[in-house]
Amino acid sequence: MAIQRPKSNLINMVLALVLVTVVSSACLGYIFELTKDRIAQAKEAKKLRAIVAVTVDGYDNDLVAGRLEVLADGLKKALEFYPATKDSELISTAIKSYSTQGFSGDIVVMVGLKPDGSIHRIKVVEQRETPGLGTKVESKRFLRQFVGKSLASFNFKVKKDGGDVDAITAATISTRAFSLAVQTALAQYQKRAQIAANQGKKDE
Amino acid sequence: MSSKNSNWTIFMRGLVKENPIFVMLLGMCPTLGVTTSALNGLGMGLATLFVLILSNTAISLIKTLIPDQVRIPAYIVVIASFVTMVDLLMAAYWQPMHEKLGLFIPLIVVNCIILGRAEAFAAKSSTLQAVIDGLSMGIGFTWALALLGGTRELLGSGAIFDYPLVGEDASTMLLFIMPPGAFLALGYLALIINKLRGVK
Repeated sequence: MAIQRPKSNLINMVLALVLVTVVSSACLGYIFELTKDRIAQAKEAKKLRAIVAVTVDGYDNDLVAGRLEVLADGLKKALEFYPATKDSELISTAIKSYSTQGFSGDIVVMVGLKPDGSIHRIKVVEQRETPGLGTKVESKRFLRQFVGKSLASFNFKVKKDGGDVDAITAATISTRAFSLAVQTALAQYQKRAQIAANQGKKDE
Repeated sequence: MSSKNSNWTIFMRGLVKENPIFVMLLGMCPTLGVTTSALNGLGMGLATLFVLILSNTAISLIKTLIPDQVRIPAYIVVIASFVTMVDLLMAAYWQPMHEKLGLFIPLIVVNCIILGRAEAFAAKSSTLQAVIDGLSMGIGFTWALALLGGTRELLGSGAIFDYPLVGEDASTMLLFIMPPGAFLALGYLALIINKLRGVK
């Protein structure tokens, strides 16, 4: 079956391409509008799930409402603090931190800290690492080693770099980025705690 | 040959005889990159299947409107639009899979199976046959990716569809979930399948 096509002269070609691109953009715009809210919702829901997952149980406040933004040195976007309280007493803080050093794109983590600055639980919120290798930063087996650790008791560097972190096989870069994100969260938490303590002294 | 029969022939072709992965060895970039687990392979296969059917349909519909010299750019725009739609729809409705596949979804655009089918088949055939061809090639691609992913997951992580078959601390053949393992697994699977087909 021979297909009759329009002649390849300038007008035909320009018209055909304009037509194809206009129809395509219209469809894309429609789908974008259609999915925009759901994608945003899914992201929010995921964030809330991450906060709940790393927070110590038994809180009685609205976690998202307590949100605080904290700027860390050298990072463009602010870290987000989500304190959890019980009877107005701080029981833990979830910190959304990130690192730009990932193998591809940012690694965003949610770190749940106890009031003494030790890690309660960690969850990876966002990553675009290599499937099957770097994505293992999400695995329980890898995350287990951080539980209960704090800046004083643990060096958040990969063992290869003289630290205490067991790197994922074939994904040292991802591990480094992940550890950096966690360390940033802990360091900022400590800094804020110190500032708060100093202010407390002044008030006395 | 009756027309019903030829539709059936078109459908069967992509499954085994002209399987895009094991026989034609097309679209190797996503194939090798993404098949670290059976589920990843399946997800990628389904996304590609979807794009393939849509792009085959659309291209077959517009085939008489596109002048010869600009057909490739026109096809690419059509394919890229469908891929972006799949990307957005997956992000909205199948988020866990979207996160796992990450940047491999946008890369469906450059999967040569899709442009290949558009150019070699859809642009010359009726819309119905183009749909059947897209379905057939898509299914062929999907099962091949799922099998490859399953094999690599089984050997490399000791699990199948994320269900672990060995203990957490067992040492598995990690090589198979790394890039070189993709080549090895693909090579041996292609060998086995072509042997079974009776190719010498």
